[in-house]
Amino acid sequence: MKYLGIELPKPKVGVFGFTGCEGCQLQLSNNEENLKDLFSLIEVVDFRLISSDKLGPYDIAFVEGSITTDHEAEALKAIRVQAKLLVAMGACACLGGVNHLRERFDLDEAMSEVYGKHKIVSGKVRRLADVVPVDIELPGCPISKTEFEWLVRQLIMGSEPQFPRYPVCVECKQRLNTCVMDMGILCLGPITRAGCNAICPRNHAGCWGCRGPVEEANYESLAEILREHGFSEEHIAERVSFFNAFAGAPFLPMLEDS
Amino acid sequence: MKVDVNQPVRIEVEHVARVEGHGNIKIQIEEGRLVECSWEVVETPRFFEKMFQGLSVEVVPLLASRVCGICSISHALASARAIERGLGIEVPEMAQKVRLLAKHAETLQSHSLHVFFLVAPDLLGVGSVIPLMETHPQLIQIATKIKGYANKASDFFAGRTSHPMVFKVGGVTQRPRKRQLRELRQELQATMPYLWQALEAFTEFSLPDFTRETEYVSLAGVGDYPFIGGDLISSDGVKKSENDFREMTNEYIVDHSTSKYARLSRESLAVGALARFNNNFEGLHPTAKQVAQDLGMKPQIDNPYYHNIAQLVECFHVLCESEELIDEMIESDDTNVAADYEYKKCEGISAIEAPRGILYHSYKINAKGLVESADCVIPTGQNHGNIQYDLEALVTQLAAEGRADEEISLLAQMLVRAYDPCISCSVH
Repeated sequence: MKYLGIELPKPKVGVFGFTGCEGCQLQLSNNEENLKDLFSLIEVVDFRLISSDKLGPYDIAFVEGSITTDHEAEALKAIRVQAKLLVAMGACACLGGVNHLRERFDLDEAMSEVYGKHKIVSGKVRRLADVVPVDIELPGCPISKTEFEWLVRQLIMGSEPQFPRYPVCVECKQRLNTCVMDMGILCLGPITRAGCNAICPRNHAGCWGCRGPVEEANYESLAEILREHGFSEEHIAERVSFFNAFAGAPFLPMLEDS
Repeated sequence: MKVDVNQPVRIEVEHVARVEGHGNIKIQIEEGRLVECSWEVVETPRFFEKMFQGLSVEVVPLLASRVCGICSISHALASARAIERGLGIEVPEMAQKVRLLAKHAETLQSHSLHVFFLVAPDLLGVGSVIPLMETHPQLIQIATKIKGYANKASDFFAGRTSHPMVFKVGGVTQRPRKRQLRELRQELQATMPYLWQALEAFTEFSLPDFTRETEYVSLAGVGDYPFIGGDLISSDGVKKSENDFREMTNEYIVDHSTSKYARLSRESLAVGALARFNNNFEGLHPTAKQVAQDLGMKPQIDNPYYHNIAQLVECFHVLCESEELIDEMIESDDTNVAADYEYKKCEGISAIEAPRGILYHSYKINAKGLVESADCVIPTGQNHGNIQYDLEALVTQLAAEGRADEEISLLAQMLVRAYDPCISCSVH
């Protein structure tokens, strides 16, 4: 394909999924009107969810899900060897995501509770970056197809993708939403990286932090606002840990004990 | 093409394509007889039942939706409704309408993805939908319009297509505005002609000829075609109340699978569009019923490949019923969309017809509103046993007919795909 008279590269793409819900891969089938254009920019050579064809090596690998078994770790390493560029896709791949909630429990206990004496292979929940070097993290639970399309355009044009460096609150204000905290709804918008167009606050659910922390997040200020609004520590702790997005962050001192 | 029956045949398909999640098929035929035939579920488990423990009930629908990227609306609704039934919450009528409309949007989205993107390539002899964009632009346009509308309706009633945030314990977060409802209604009406075109396209395809008598399980209609709650029924005549769902599923563990299996009166059972069609045909919307009759379909159909056609019939049902529901909402000024509630120690159970079949969620909740234990029984988990028994019968038949390896392999994969399995969901 030519753009402004310049021939654009048409990279070969593979899409892969590990431990997760395949919701991010599913998003790729959305924005149906653009599918034909998207497939004119990239050549999909390996995408099991939608295709039986395996058409050889790929340049870019989009990978969804967390890594929870050695078998998955080996498969991811094999993908890394082949891919020139590896994109972690979605909260499970980038952060551990909701999978991380089971790390609150002993794995053997979880296995025997669900499967009894039956032997099951599983292990610690790992982000892709815990196993192989990751070039780009496409955030969200699920990812946004529009952002995926934008990323593909950036990669083909050879420009380094710049994700928003401001918090969800900026986009929320741009949409003229009433602040959900004033409606009594807990929200992590002030410390979460934007790019979702504040979809959860817009729908009166508040932000859960699925896109990970914004740079230079002001945790102390958020702690103050949450205290002012009288949200319970248990509910704050639950929300902060939901996607494992703020692990290791110098977070609210009041949560340290919980 | 006939093959030399004395040659042993070994077919192994690792990670069957165009299904959600990871499953393998292994077939071995010697001297024209089936020696081994297995459907293996190799998905890695996530232990959702454990993850729910200790969480506030308010978080549960959000986590439940993450069981599955495709049927996240069903999981969110099943969990919210289970908690509401436990706590004795009466969900306001307007919220129930929003939920059913979201449910219909998901059914249309999931069915159209399956029928056009995942099944149609088999019927047209290609490996995926991608080459069809060049060769069958009209079919792609039909698929694009129908799925596009379904996604828009999901965004509208559930907040987005996957992982909805609009459903909360007690109801929904907001009611749609009338102006937006009128716009959506117009889009719905503009989508209807494409569904008729889809029907025309599908009447030209022929499906494999294979039947195996099966027990079908679904919600029990009372003159309707239910999707959210009610009694449970099987085509072998078993009837149970929603709270007794465990007697309907009888889950058990098998060696070659990380998903649990289910059975009722026979060695296996089936759930999904064909089960609903067989059990609740009379309750279909008149238009959908007419479509089925025009296709020569009437209960009971025991050809599993007809799951796909039953899905198409259901697309008519959900689209027609959605139009009526939207009209009712436009007429109503009701703004009550959520009920208040208090915590108490309880157990709550709910059954929902997810796109792939009946789904059960059950939670034990303590007096502080925290989950003590959870149990989810997934449609595809209930279908795995039936897929296995169908495969054995199908391959036995094909081997006896002396079909070629490639043909057996393709028909076996098509059989698995017909059930539209959602494997990561079934393992959860």
